[in-house]
Amino acid sequence: MMNSIILNTTARLLLPWLLLLSLVILYRGHNLPGGGFIGGLAAASGFILYVLGPGIDKARQVLKIHPETLIGLGLLISMGSGLLGIIAGKSYMAGLWMTGFTLPLLGKVHLGTPLLFDIGVYLAVAGFTLLTLFALAEIKE
Amino acid sequence: MMNNLVILPIFVPFICAVLCLIFRSTNAQRFLSLSGGVGATLAAGLLLQIVHQENHLVLHLGGWSAPFGIVLVADLFSSIMVLISSIMGILVTVYSLRDIDERRKKLYYFPLFNFLIMGVNGAFLTGDIFNLYVWFEVMLIASFVLLALGGERRQLEGAFKYVAINLVSSALFLAGAGLLYAKVGTLNMADIALKLSDQPDSILINSTATLFLIAFGVKAALFPFFFWLPASYHTPPTAVSAIFAGLLTKVGVYALIRSFTLFFNENFAVAQDLLLGLAALTMITGVLGAAAKYDIRKILSFHIVSQIGYMIMGLALHTSLALAATVFYIIHHIIVKTNLFLIGGIVEKLKGTGDLSKLGGLYKALPWLAVLFFIPAFSLGGIPPLSGFWAKFGLIKASLEIETYWIAGIALVVGIMTLFSMTKIWVEAFWKKEPQALLNHKTQKNLKLLYAPAIIMAAMTIYLGLFGQSVFGLAERTAEQLLNPSLYIEAVLEIEL
Amino acid sequence: MNTLIAIVIGALAAGGVYCLLRRSLMKLIIGIALLSQSVNLIVFSAGGLKPASPPIIESDQQILQGNYADPLPQALVLTAIVIGFGLIAFSLALIHQTYRATGHDDIQSLKNTDT
Repeated sequence: MMNSIILNTTARLLLPWLLLLSLVILYRGHNLPGGGFIGGLAAASGFILYVLGPGIDKARQVLKIHPETLIGLGLLISMGSGLLGIIAGKSYMAGLWMTGFTLPLLGKVHLGTPLLFDIGVYLAVAGFTLLTLFALAEIKE
Repeated sequence: MMNNLVILPIFVPFICAVLCLIFRSTNAQRFLSLSGGVGATLAAGLLLQIVHQENHLVLHLGGWSAPFGIVLVADLFSSIMVLISSIMGILVTVYSLRDIDERRKKLYYFPLFNFLIMGVNGAFLTGDIFNLYVWFEVMLIASFVLLALGGERRQLEGAFKYVAINLVSSALFLAGAGLLYAKVGTLNMADIALKLSDQPDSILINSTATLFLIAFGVKAALFPFFFWLPASYHTPPTAVSAIFAGLLTKVGVYALIRSFTLFFNENFAVAQDLLLGLAALTMITGVLGAAAKYDIRKILSFHIVSQIGYMIMGLALHTSLALAATVFYIIHHIIVKTNLFLIGGIVEKLKGTGDLSKLGGLYKALPWLAVLFFIPAFSLGGIPPLSGFWAKFGLIKASLEIETYWIAGIALVVGIMTLFSMTKIWVEAFWKKEPQALLNHKTQKNLKLLYAPAIIMAAMTIYLGLFGQSVFGLAERTAEQLLNPSLYIEAVLEIEL
Repeated sequence: MNTLIAIVIGALAAGGVYCLLRRSLMKLIIGIALLSQSVNLIVFSAGGLKPASPPIIESDQQILQGNYADPLPQALVLTAIVIGFGLIAFSLALIHQTYRATGHDDIQSLKNTDT
């Protein structure tokens, strides 16, 4: 891997901000451009920088869990979000919203099963991208 | 709400696959796969029981009413298919416990297997043409990886042909769905059927029908699109080729039957001669290809092709009896063909080869294995009183009833030649003396677990043959439903026609 | 616009089929990619090609007003593109492995499983 101090430092500094940005993209996705898919890619891009800078081993340490587990959790949350519709006595995947939920500072927050579904997509896409990325980074020619 | 039950045969394999990704130890994966298989089978059985009473069970996903949202529809045909594929799923899972080596298990064999079952069940249950495309892709991606898993050279070669041809067929299917949407402005299969029923025969509908015929024909291994099948099905481990042989081509057959009885029912006469011709050619080429082969799994692969011809023949005849016989044929064929592959796999495990010229003397060494092979093999050939006889009998009776004598003749001749192929395996592998002992092959121990699924499937074959009346009655009701698409349309769109 | 899209679809499909018929593994994948792009364009144009506004209901309205585009083909084509992307990625990995196993980029060298 490249041994550039600038890249190493920026990768470390940027990772939390990129993750935060990806969460913002995830949240606004219901009504505006964004969503789980693109958010997941943004989150993975933070780790791409990390792989390019500090290296793959460090990136795995920062991620802490296996990308496979991320994919599994993401898919579980996505499909599980559909079950809430059944519990509420409607069809599978029926959209349920918590209306009037407010947080200090942020104001009105839209929470509902579509957001839960998107969180699942976010995790699955991030996991898939990282799995591919790590596999590619570990190829020894 | 009861209609949420329709999602279960898709949901259970999915949850299993996902949990297998999270809990990656082989023991956990085994346990999850087995319990998932049992769960999916129970759900499918319950579904069939309910549909048996109520005819249709429709789930509007997300509460969006048809034709705006995606619907899952369980009618008799789809719930029979889901039940039989779930049963095959669990039996082949049991077989894979021994058959699949540790390395492949570590490479996510079980999650992929469950995703495959999920894709197959989804394709059977969906009532939306684009959703059908998505389920096809789920099934295909899982099958691509399963086929190439392990990375042996011949596996890669087989997988490459399979992938290339199936990707082209998916593209054609998508093009057909796009053209259909441009014409009728809906994706819901019931709504498409409703809108097409008062359309005059137009070039756009005919071209869509042709695109679907080619796309599903490739998946179903119809003549002349079947060349990928004998080139790839003998390369992966036995458990993989068995589940492929049992289920994947039948998804293509299901899609053909569904689209040609639902959408193109009014203009069926246009396609009838073409389908009959294709069915005849599929039967003949398949059985001739098998006659030329000298390896158990290669012979069986070609026989899948020829048997697909029988199913399409039933669709093309398009009478109540013919469709009932087709449904019965599909049930019989899935059980028998999966079983034959499993038994072929046991022979390969014992002797290290499936080449008939090197095999021999198995009857003397293992008479029970020979009996086990005898049942599905001669059922495939159509010997009474096994299940294949009734299936073929129904088809031939149907073709005689509407005086299409030539196809009946071809079906009979192909049946005899199937018997010839099965006798060839029987004589070469079981009856003749062993040419020389294969010294360099270490026979693995603990093969008992491999026999269990084969015995269960053989029992199912005998049951279908001796007490098949109830199943045939179910098939007759299925055929009635298929020939009256208005019932399907009314159930999905919640309207009165 | 319709004629132009039709020509583009035709050209992509023709290029795709031409590449499919070549003997090289890599070109075969390129052919499949081109073919699937042409099909994506068919699906995209299925909703009709016309200048229209996005199908978003204004916050003070109950139903869509005026001349709006059909959103469904766009959703479909997005799904198809993502699926196509995954399949092409898998195919590339597959031909990479095949190339490593056989040492050839020639489809003629993959005859072992046919007979």
